[in-house]
Amino acid sequence: MSARGAIQREGIPFVFGILCLLAVITVIEMLIRWGMINPFIVPKPTDIVMSFERIILEENILPRFMMTFGEALMASLMLSVVGISLGVLLHRNTTVRLATQNWVAAIASAPLVLMYPLFLVIFGRSAWTIIMIAFVSALPPVILKTLEGLAGTRAVLINVGRSFKLTPSQLYWKILFPAALPNIFVGVRLGMIFALINIVGVEFLINFGGLGQLVNELAERYDLPGTYAAICFVILVSVVFFIGTERIERWLRPGT
Amino acid sequence: MAQTGHLTQSPPRAAAPWVTPVTRLRIIILLTVLIAWEAVAASGILLRDVVPSTLTIGRSLMEVLFRPDLKVSLAGAAFSMPAFYWHLYVTILEVAIALLIGGTSGLAVGLALGANPFLAKAFERYLYYLGPTPKIVFFPVMIMWFGVGPESKIAMGTVSAFFPVVLSAAAGMRQIEGVLIRVGRSFRLNTWQMVTKIYLPAMREPIVNGIRLGMGVAMIGTLLAETKLSNKGVGFMIIDAYNTFDMPRMYAVLLMLFVIAIGANSLVGRASRR
Repeated sequence: MSARGAIQREGIPFVFGILCLLAVITVIEMLIRWGMINPFIVPKPTDIVMSFERIILEENILPRFMMTFGEALMASLMLSVVGISLGVLLHRNTTVRLATQNWVAAIASAPLVLMYPLFLVIFGRSAWTIIMIAFVSALPPVILKTLEGLAGTRAVLINVGRSFKLTPSQLYWKILFPAALPNIFVGVRLGMIFALINIVGVEFLINFGGLGQLVNELAERYDLPGTYAAICFVILVSVVFFIGTERIERWLRPGT
Repeated sequence: MAQTGHLTQSPPRAAAPWVTPVTRLRIIILLTVLIAWEAVAASGILLRDVVPSTLTIGRSLMEVLFRPDLKVSLAGAAFSMPAFYWHLYVTILEVAIALLIGGTSGLAVGLALGANPFLAKAFERYLYYLGPTPKIVFFPVMIMWFGVGPESKIAMGTVSAFFPVVLSAAAGMRQIEGVLIRVGRSFRLNTWQMVTKIYLPAMREPIVNGIRLGMGVAMIGTLLAETKLSNKGVGFMIIDAYNTFDMPRMYAVLLMLFVIAIGANSLVGRASRR
């Protein structure tokens, strides 16, 4: 009974959503075939599906994916080390926190990715430009969430630590850091998502690197089915990345 | 015995120091950054002119803001104005239209998803997963659909703004207290009245937050599209300064852009807290 109820509650809407998506794709295919949508603007969905094999085999999608992945990994590593360290520093020193917290929040709302021409001049047209712009743009959420996590540690936990006469260093590693870890991961996850968005974006804009460059190259060649297929691939990668980090976050925060 | 009619004078409060430690630290940080910047500019560690002195950037900022380098003809009268304001006007207009279209459609879809659990279960996952994808990769498609003019930039901004607004609106709708909805129904409000009298006032905060996020990403989407392919807008100004290696001008425009973006974000944030 309950299994049937769950299927009715979750399964039917899920299938309905898939069917609607397929229906929309079919209608677009029909409209293009009937000449109601210009095929030189919107390629047939079947052509897009067919071009997947071509872009995987001929456009070296795996090395490109690995390049984007490597850039994202490097930026995430830098983000985690620098962002968490700065968050801890702000938490430990109240004066520094009061002096800079609003600045960090303000920087978080600035469109830092627009600084990519500046990074191009400093680092050249290289992977480091992409990594650095991703790092700088995604740093504020990591700092702010680390600070929020550490500041939100329950007082009773800190008091327990003090009653055991833990040293400040022990208090940090045994109480504060583990208690703040779920929040810190939320910040790191946000930072990683921002980093991936900026990496693919800057790759597209400067025509260098992995998946972003692939979209740009195919668009410049006016390979419409290939462009759409590459965009679908970018969406697929970011969805997988998003779901993966979401699963880790749920594992760290079982209550959410 | 109780003492009455006897005023005790409290000791005078110590006057707060004119410069608090926080202000002092802020001044020290700013001075350190300025001195470090000047040292790098003077040393030539980086390529010449990549890091110009703050004085040069300041001069360029004054030129960007006050030098009338664009001839404009309006209602038969010709006059000159700084080109920055015209480019800024173009970008603000593009972002405003994008936010209007993306925000309105996001709100409508969000309300529908929030009100109908079946629709939410069927479609919300797609929006949730598409939200964090890099929207700039859709730009070639937007150019095909809407051309190389401002329309494709507006479309980029619209796509960017849609997702935060729709997800915030759907989540906000589900957080409305059931009693408010029952009160509306007991007064036999029609759908439009329910939306305007119950739903929207009750979910003001999530909507404003969604619009705030949407404004930020719409601005980024529009500006990035302008840097890729445009001949007007602040994004074009930045990439034009880069292409002509006019670094002080690029810094000046970036500085103004950050000030405007932070100010706009702060204004919307204050509106949401009221």
